[in-house]
Amino acid sequence: MSNLMKYFSLKEIKKSLVMTLWFMILTFPIMVIKVNTIENTVIWRWGYLAVIAVGSFILSTLWRYMMERKSLQAGNESKISLQQKLRELGEKNPRLKRGALAAVIVLVVAYPFATSMYQTGIMTTALMYVVLGLGLNIVVGLGGLLHLGYAAFYAVGAYTYALLHVHFGIGFWVSLPIGAGLATILGILIAIPVLRLRGDYLAIVTLGFGEIVRIILENWNDFSFGPSGIANIPRPTLFGIHFKLQQASVFIYFIMVALVVFTIFIVRRLENSRMGRAWIAMREDEIASQSMGINITKTKVMTFAIGAFWAGMIGVVFAAKTTFINPASFTLWESVIILCIVVIGGMGSIFGVVVGAGILILLPEYLRAFSQYRMLLFGAILVLMMVFRPGGIVTNVRKVYRIDKDKTGEAE
Amino acid sequence: MAPILETKNLTMDFGGLRAVDNINFQVNEGEIVALIGPNGAGKTTFFNCITGVYKPTGGDIYIAPEGEKTERINGLKPNVVTEKGLARTFQNIRLFQNMTVLENVMIGRHCRLSAGLLGAIFRTKATVAEEKKVVDDSYEILEEIGLTDYANEFAKNLPYGAQRRLEIARAMATDPFLLLLDEPAAGMNPQETKELDEMILHIRKNNKISILLIEHDMSLVMSVSEKIFVVDYGKLIAEGTPDEIKKNPEVIKAYLGDETDA
Amino acid sequence: MDLSYFFELFLGGMTRGSIYALIALGYTMVYGIIKLINFAHGEIYMIGAFTALIISSVLGFTGMNSILILVISGVLAIFFSAAYGATMEKIAYKPLRQAPRLSALISAIGMSMFLQNYVLLAQTPDFLPFPALIPDFKFLKPIEKILSSTQLVILVTTAVVMILLTILIKFTRTGKAMRATSQDAKMAQLLGININRVITITFIIGSATAAIGGVLISSHTGQLNYYIGFIAGIKAFVAAVLGGIGSIPGAVLGSFVLGWTESFGTGYVSSDYEDVFAFIFLLIILIFRPSGILGRSQNDKV
Repeated sequence: MSNLMKYFSLKEIKKSLVMTLWFMILTFPIMVIKVNTIENTVIWRWGYLAVIAVGSFILSTLWRYMMERKSLQAGNESKISLQQKLRELGEKNPRLKRGALAAVIVLVVAYPFATSMYQTGIMTTALMYVVLGLGLNIVVGLGGLLHLGYAAFYAVGAYTYALLHVHFGIGFWVSLPIGAGLATILGILIAIPVLRLRGDYLAIVTLGFGEIVRIILENWNDFSFGPSGIANIPRPTLFGIHFKLQQASVFIYFIMVALVVFTIFIVRRLENSRMGRAWIAMREDEIASQSMGINITKTKVMTFAIGAFWAGMIGVVFAAKTTFINPASFTLWESVIILCIVVIGGMGSIFGVVVGAGILILLPEYLRAFSQYRMLLFGAILVLMMVFRPGGIVTNVRKVYRIDKDKTGEAE
Repeated sequence: MAPILETKNLTMDFGGLRAVDNINFQVNEGEIVALIGPNGAGKTTFFNCITGVYKPTGGDIYIAPEGEKTERINGLKPNVVTEKGLARTFQNIRLFQNMTVLENVMIGRHCRLSAGLLGAIFRTKATVAEEKKVVDDSYEILEEIGLTDYANEFAKNLPYGAQRRLEIARAMATDPFLLLLDEPAAGMNPQETKELDEMILHIRKNNKISILLIEHDMSLVMSVSEKIFVVDYGKLIAEGTPDEIKKNPEVIKAYLGDETDA
Repeated sequence: MDLSYFFELFLGGMTRGSIYALIALGYTMVYGIIKLINFAHGEIYMIGAFTALIISSVLGFTGMNSILILVISGVLAIFFSAAYGATMEKIAYKPLRQAPRLSALISAIGMSMFLQNYVLLAQTPDFLPFPALIPDFKFLKPIEKILSSTQLVILVTTAVVMILLTILIKFTRTGKAMRATSQDAKMAQLLGININRVITITFIIGSATAAIGGVLISSHTGQLNYYIGFIAGIKAFVAAVLGGIGSIPGAVLGSFVLGWTESFGTGYVSSDYEDVFAFIFLLIILIFRPSGILGRSQNDKV
């Protein structure tokens, strides 16, 4: 362990002071000066300079401390991940595991009845992001393909339901599979041309694709009703029963709970299957995996299609939940937020995505004071995460196979 | 009997540079054949042409696995070539670092399995049985190569020599009739090279597969291979048994020329 | 066909192209050296423009001569953009040199978000008017409709910057070091080239040219907000890819091609889909000629 006291030595303080001075100069025009171009006056905000000074002094010291710790740790990778710890705990105490599971179920079921409609709505949103995160995780976390146009598939789902309702009066339950299906088809269509592209080009092209979809939705008024969007989309019904607002929000909450369970179930099974292994191998080394007999084309198309499926599905739920959609909900930043969930939670890890969605969606809701700084913090966190903990909060663990000579068992 | 792998006038141009120049080359069943030559002679390029990483600009590549018809494999994709029964390793180790050792070998089995999406989701009987078999088979290969202690380790945590062996294990998992090893002894000490020697001979005996190796290290080549091809500047300059090659003046010249900058 | 309209679009496209070129240079140089798409590069351009706006407004209140204001605010914009560029590299990219590409890309996206929102929060989310600093040249009066003074300044400045940059890269020691590093970074290091210095210089030069672009385009359009960097950055990137990323003449050529495409596309087809042209163009290029117009094809070494 490095000695934290060292950072109070004169030499280190000097280093921090140099950095402080640098950042004070760097941020001076933008932080301190504010021009009011209507009244032609200049506001000098010296207070901000003080904040920058103190902040950068502390942060630069902390930065160097963290950097040193990182380089010390580089040699020994004995870090045990959170997921592994929990798993081991569960294996040792099966009763505890069952108890915890029961507690989670009770909590989940009781939540909408114990809290307000507003709280239920927020939780529903968080659950939607869990599924979106899990879907994108297949493409980015498992397949290793940086996809920045994911919101486009989300939009496809939402518009599918909205337009099917407007033109044909088709309801939520029929739209759900259609939306997911159309998004999947679009996923395949976009995957085919971009297959040949290397990682960074792929990122830009998917970004461009996402923007094209959004611009089309914004401008093609006859098709999508333009920027004003589509309103009065009905909430889901149950066997033809229409709910009141309060009941409907609880109902959507439970639909989302079911979809989250469904998604986790499917993704877990895929992740450790022959397909899932091929995805990860592709992420690790495209050329080697191809030389080991994996059809890269098929594998890539598959990850895109399956990833798009979840986005389309949640798009339908989104339209039903908000009852109003317009292109502004499907910008690049939507895609980036979902990417943040995957990255911050831990690429490739289901549990990580759940944690990531919880942190990114719920925290800003409850820390209202910070909500203004949300995107700023997300940006900073992305950078810091990549620098200091590229594996995310929950580092993924691979399945451990236990082999007895005559009996092959699997342990999880 | 036809050779199991044969190239006729194989040529590969990169722009104006001819990396492989009209090479005629054969591997017969059960042979251990080596391809040697100074650095930059075009050995790896030759390998990449055969395994489908590059599409050769001229000539033909034929394979004729035991009991099957001769087939031209020019320009097939690497995964198809692997399916046909040619498996390779990489000179600069290219393992799946963040997968376990066992999973690395299981990936090798990929093209011999058939489980699809729905099978995985519904865990059909066939899929479950196949998964069980792939774990068993992969473990068996690890036993043969002597990597069982590491089975559940991440590949990136293996010592260097073990990573090299895992490359071979992974290639063997694809059930090849010909194993192509690209500088398997690179970076190994003499003791490790000797062990590799034994392993190569063992693999051939045990699995009835032929082996083609690219080597820079002459000691390994001389002790295990039955036939040696020497390339320099993309051209085949000699072929023959190790003893013949040792005496060949062309080869000596090519290698002495190399020594000045080695 | 109306010829004067055609020329207007032609010169308009060239002006756009010039700006894209100034930004695209940064992308292409950085990519050439560390093989990273610097997503936050557009933000550097935006910060350059914002700095110029702030400084020129403050100086404007003192009643200074507008040419002098332009020079001072331009120089300061270049200085601050370069400083941001170099700092960003140290924080977000340098620690990730050995990391997988995906990590560096995500870090770049994070940096882009951070800088955008930093300016948004510290300044304003609204559009601000950019003072008119470039005087109207009298000799352009007759063809004012086709070529404005600002456009002329943009074209001339871009040409000068390109020439200077070419001289720098072709004939100076630094330029040689940069070329060597982009060919083979490991080898360059073995030969005693300080890679970290080369990378820093690359970021500084790229950021500086982006700042010039930022100041010029803001004087041209007369307004800016925190978001201008994003779309301009993406388009400049498209231009860089179009010309062949890593190639400097390619970036310039790609920028002009894109500028004209957009100008004629919006002029003759539809202005609603202005941004779509760039992306569709990119898609087509990458599918049919992934290495760009002047780029060399890159094969992964096996």
